[in-house]
Amino acid sequence: MTDTAQEPMLAADGRPLKQSLARALRRQKTRALLMIAPLLLFVMLTFVIPILSMLMRSVENAIVPDTLPGTVAALSAWDASSGRAPDEVVYRHLFIDLFKAAEAKEHTKLGTRLNYEQTGQSSLFRTSGRKLDDLAEPYQDAIEDISPDFKEAAFWYELMSGEDGSALLAQRRDLWNALVGEELSGEAGFMPSAQIAQLLPWTARAYTDFALWSALVKNDTVAEERPWEAVYAALAMDLEDPAKRQAIADYDGAGAAQLQALAAAQSDLPAVRLREGFIELNRSWGEPRIWTTIKLYSPRYTPGYFLNAVDMQLSPDGAEAKPENQQIYTQLFKRTLIMALIITGSCILLGYPVAWILANLPARTANVLMILVLLPFWTSLLVRTSAWKVLLQQQGVINEILVWLGFVDDANRLVLMNNATGTVIAMTHILLPFMILPLYSVMKTIPPSYLRAAKSLGATNWTAFRRVYFPQSVPGIGAGSILVFILAIGYYITPEIVGGTSGVFISNRIAYHISSSLNWGLAAALGTILLVVVLALYWLYDRIVGIDNVKLGG
Amino acid sequence: MADTQIKDAFVEFERVQKSYDGENLVVKDLNLALPKGEFLTMLGPSGSGKTTCLMMLAGFETATYGDIRLDGVSINNIPPHKRGIGMVFQNYALFPHMTIAENLAFPLEVRRIGKSEREKKVRRALDMVEMGEFGGRRPAQLSGGQQQRVALARALVFEPELVLMDEPLGALDKQLREKMQFEITHLAHQLGITTVYVTHDQTEALTMSDRVAVFDDGRIQQLAPPDRLYEAPENSFVAQFIGENNTLEGVVTEIRGQTCVVKLDDGEVIDAVPVNVSAVGERTRVSIRPERVEYNKERMQEGAHTLKAKVLEFIYMGDIFRTRLSVAGNDEFIIKTRNAPDQERLRPGQEIEIGWMAEDCRALDA
Repeated sequence: MTDTAQEPMLAADGRPLKQSLARALRRQKTRALLMIAPLLLFVMLTFVIPILSMLMRSVENAIVPDTLPGTVAALSAWDASSGRAPDEVVYRHLFIDLFKAAEAKEHTKLGTRLNYEQTGQSSLFRTSGRKLDDLAEPYQDAIEDISPDFKEAAFWYELMSGEDGSALLAQRRDLWNALVGEELSGEAGFMPSAQIAQLLPWTARAYTDFALWSALVKNDTVAEERPWEAVYAALAMDLEDPAKRQAIADYDGAGAAQLQALAAAQSDLPAVRLREGFIELNRSWGEPRIWTTIKLYSPRYTPGYFLNAVDMQLSPDGAEAKPENQQIYTQLFKRTLIMALIITGSCILLGYPVAWILANLPARTANVLMILVLLPFWTSLLVRTSAWKVLLQQQGVINEILVWLGFVDDANRLVLMNNATGTVIAMTHILLPFMILPLYSVMKTIPPSYLRAAKSLGATNWTAFRRVYFPQSVPGIGAGSILVFILAIGYYITPEIVGGTSGVFISNRIAYHISSSLNWGLAAALGTILLVVVLALYWLYDRIVGIDNVKLGG
Repeated sequence: MADTQIKDAFVEFERVQKSYDGENLVVKDLNLALPKGEFLTMLGPSGSGKTTCLMMLAGFETATYGDIRLDGVSINNIPPHKRGIGMVFQNYALFPHMTIAENLAFPLEVRRIGKSEREKKVRRALDMVEMGEFGGRRPAQLSGGQQQRVALARALVFEPELVLMDEPLGALDKQLREKMQFEITHLAHQLGITTVYVTHDQTEALTMSDRVAVFDDGRIQQLAPPDRLYEAPENSFVAQFIGENNTLEGVVTEIRGQTCVVKLDDGEVIDAVPVNVSAVGERTRVSIRPERVEYNKERMQEGAHTLKAKVLEFIYMGDIFRTRLSVAGNDEFIIKTRNAPDQERLRPGQEIEIGWMAEDCRALDA
């Protein structure tokens, strides 16, 4: 057989045997793949993609750099540890960014986002956005007093239009897209002048923003619309620079005369003091802590949600623990884990004997009893949990019976609900079938002859159980425990109804952040941590028990 | 049954009855006694009560009525783990989560035998069944025959005086089964242990046992050494159940001491040994073993009773020829002849004359 070992085996038609085999199996494989394709697609769409999107959401922070692109860039030069609010230039960028955001009504979203990190941010952004026009008005009035042409929409259009401004146009368009979160379509009907852009950079940017907004969102003709107040403020900023005023003197494009007149009368314009303006709008703008938060959360991706989820926060010196009185999540994670373990343990204690009886009864009786085990599955979870509410409350069935029997004093009725006890009792009941079923199917495969053999060899009933039966039922315990534990750790409805405040799980908190506080990033981070904890425990379990030892049946 | 009562019996069943449902008796009035060192086989079709008897002896079933005694002491109320009876199960019942050595050490551990002593005994038991190198393996890593040996060693390692075996060879192939049959009997005799063996395989019962108890319908039909059982069955069931058997039906016309005359249903008259017939006019089944029938005139013994027969089928089986004949209206009459050089090979359709000795021909119950 040495020659076959060296050369590949050939099929009858002379092809290599491996190839022939692969060809023969291909049809089968394709068919098998087609059969699972719908499920695979379904699982991808409803399981894998949501999880990935959750993972993304837990670190995503684009809203800050997308809403305040200029501010974020300018802030990078600011030293948060200086103890001072940033310089005027940062406020100028903030003014432009915020003006845009207020036009698009995006500034409140940013406020909400930053409010997760620091209370007060939400109202700060909301109130400031409303009054930005007031900040710009003095400049508009002064400019229009000096040169009434600046009241005309057509004049502005002529002044700003020109050639070679497509780079600026594309850049500003991208920023709008990022801000509103969609691709704006349509023609701008405006081409910025590269010369003006160089001459009056603030003005060119602001006007281009305005033009794009008018054309793409409002569907107006740019030439017929008076620019935003912000554009006047931007012009005032540009004119403050003596070098630019010098350059304007040499400018000879459209509106040169008006511009030069304006530059000559610059001293009549009010000085651009947006820093003071903002602080006047809201004193908070002068506080370094507001700016620290904005700076810390300016990257597109942030560990902030995760830090939050483990009771930590970002600070200029890196991550640090939150003040003690704000720590809730680590404690909640711990409680969730401990309670899930208690529930799993009580499910084993209650389920093992039941499964044993089921496995050792004649088939007919076992089937009847199995229906009783499965009965809870046919009842609504909500109904079952509510039934526990009826049973457990202080005036409920259990307390009434205990009082009636004299075990409990009427004045000292047991508190069985709205605490951890209630959650454990109700969830043990609800998850019990998930323990019994795998246990039963494993026990069913253990032949009674093993116990008999052990007894015939001299073992007492207890020894025979402990040394022979129990080790063989461990895979069932393992499977049941994994099922119950993983279900318990993510349970939501039952703790919500009977758990009160001390009996809720981390999932209730996740649900709160999803549906009430709308802090989806934090909810996603908490969910991701939960997922990681479960996977880690699963890995640990595999290391200790071995996942091969888990049997759900035969 | 005279021979069920033995003096100094080691194992004794006295008037034992067993019912599971309170309506039917699975074991009906069982009396059985076996002396120390005997190898007794309980043989019977499934549902005949043999396994129930074994389980009662082991303590896994309780007798509904009657007394079971071990070494003179009633064990009805002794739990199985205190009976000290070794047992080999049909599916071996080796504990899958323990190694072979741990399996063997188990009965010693529960008896609180010291570690060094334990190890010595385990090694000796494994060597006894020639499985010395397999101590570290798990049962699933062994073949059926090896598992069988381990099960045997485990049942013997704590040196019980009585060993029960419940169809231990049922799952093995034919060759291995024959080898193990020999090994088990050899071991049992060598160690001098008393063995109760349950099987439905009659060859196994004949080759292994000192005595065989044939069970049917909850009763012992015959309790005898293998040769007596085969050659002198006491009733039709035993004759049919043990080995191959030809039956001819007829009516007893005359009884003269050790012989009787039977008129077969087609009118032929033959002589037979009266076993289960007591009166003239009774219907009877006459039983003749296939190998006791001769058709070669030269080999036929003096005084043989001869009958006409027609060959229906000739089957070549290597060491023997198996020929199906039509005799006295019975088309399932089988004869077996040795494949000797001078043996004539019969052809279907051939008319021949067959003969047998009257003492090989037993008139049993109808």
